[in-house]
Amino acid sequence: MKKLINAPDRVVDEALAGMAAAHSDLIRVEPPNIVVRKDAPRRGKVGVISGGGSGHEPMHGGFVGLGMLDAACPGAVFTSPVPDQMQAATKAVDGGAGVLHIVKNYTGDIMNFDLAAQLAEAEGIQVKSVVIADDVAVKDSLYTAGRRGVGGTVLAEKIVGGCAESGANLDTVTAMCQRVQDNVRSMGMALTSCTLPSVGKPTFDLGDDEMEIGIGIHGEPGRSRMKIATADQIVEMLMTPILEDLPFKSGDRVLAFVNGMGGTPLIELYVVYNAVASMLKGKGITVARNLVGSYITSLDMAGCSISLLKLDDEMTRFWDAPVHTPALRWGL
Amino acid sequence: MSFDKSGQLSYDDFAAWIRRYAGVIADNKQYLTDLDAAIGDADHGINMDRGFQAVLPKLDAQTPGDVGAMLKVVGSTLISTVGGASGPLYGTFFLQFGIATAGQSSVGLEQLLKGLDAAISAMQRLGKAEPGDKTLLDALIPARDALRRASEDGEQPAKALSAAVDAADEGMRATIPLVARKGRASYLGDRSAGHQDPGATSVDLLIRAARDQWAG
Repeated sequence: MKKLINAPDRVVDEALAGMAAAHSDLIRVEPPNIVVRKDAPRRGKVGVISGGGSGHEPMHGGFVGLGMLDAACPGAVFTSPVPDQMQAATKAVDGGAGVLHIVKNYTGDIMNFDLAAQLAEAEGIQVKSVVIADDVAVKDSLYTAGRRGVGGTVLAEKIVGGCAESGANLDTVTAMCQRVQDNVRSMGMALTSCTLPSVGKPTFDLGDDEMEIGIGIHGEPGRSRMKIATADQIVEMLMTPILEDLPFKSGDRVLAFVNGMGGTPLIELYVVYNAVASMLKGKGITVARNLVGSYITSLDMAGCSISLLKLDDEMTRFWDAPVHTPALRWGL
Repeated sequence: MSFDKSGQLSYDDFAAWIRRYAGVIADNKQYLTDLDAAIGDADHGINMDRGFQAVLPKLDAQTPGDVGAMLKVVGSTLISTVGGASGPLYGTFFLQFGIATAGQSSVGLEQLLKGLDAAISAMQRLGKAEPGDKTLLDALIPARDALRRASEDGEQPAKALSAAVDAADEGMRATIPLVARKGRASYLGDRSAGHQDPGATSVDLLIRAARDQWAG
């Protein structure tokens, strides 16, 4: 393993200290390891927080700031944060209008956020939660933990952040988050495994000529392993299940999000985006907005994910609204 | 240290059990992590070890006497330090066990079973898992049931604990062919079969640590 680290068990703390030093104009980092918007709490504004294991940077800490998250709770690498963090974050951002928890659908995240919401409510803070579960690679059935929360989370955090910034109340902000969840679908693939700093070797073995379709953001295996294909073929393999699931139809206006897994260069993501855009055009679906880059990653994994969100005017407006965070900035 | 003549365990017995288990987890950190790498996300041993290393100084700081109060501290420390699914689940186990034994300076088999009942039902409420879902419950529930049967048959506590270990072993091994229905392993579908569940394995170690400490 070759990594830019000092010690595996100090990676998260040192990265957070680095973030705080680099972005002191936007965020502050407080114990017990929470990233808080510098001017939080904002009186009368609904607080929006999220959290999850580290290793997916810039998600979630990189999305803390004006127009997006009020706080983020990073756990150990690929391990959900503990309730103390979400409880502290909830208290730190509560401006009296309540707090929304955006939770990715993983067993640990659900349980820890659930415990935290109970603790915060016991202290008199109104908390609502929306679970993001957009990964079509997982069969949603009684026999699984349900679909994973992946790329759709980034889009939800931006749109919901814009909604909260507009002064909407907790019910409205919660409904907006649910609306994004209901209209977004994603799927990812890996060219290589990721390597956890604490483990030191790749999580799974993938041959030089193989890829994993339907990969999760923690290296969880996907739908199938197969021989490597061209970018156009891979896009087809990811887009077809996404398009069929919602389903997306001719005449729809969408936000197309091509995300890098951490180890794939932007030039390849644009090759992927090119194929996504032309496939959507061929189906009569309008790409009204897009995002291309590595925003929800899996450490050093090479690969990509594609997310499509069916937009309406309100979602589009909140997507366009000003945002100023370490990782996303526009409209200012 | 072990059961006294009237079949009771003391505060020190419980504290020694937790300390022994912390050592067992440290020794098996890599093994549990490797099991998790096969069907989960390769962190079970690392997370459990972080939690129990945080528990040790809390135990040292605890005023001896109240078994329940000590177990509650263990539970809340695990919830605050482990993360993942095992943090809330193991935390709930010790928290509920502690609530069921609150104010007691000694605990016999009967209270032990009451504590296990409370712990298991709270874990099931939290994780919504059923036996056979390939989770830690697949070792824990058979162990509890074996302990109850042995106790009802009038077995000595030491023998009852051995029966619990045998049942936990069997339950743990029985997770190998199962297809996971809960947790991250469930994403694998049929591909989760053929691997032993890491949570059932750490539970087996927990029951073993009790047997080794109290009836070794």
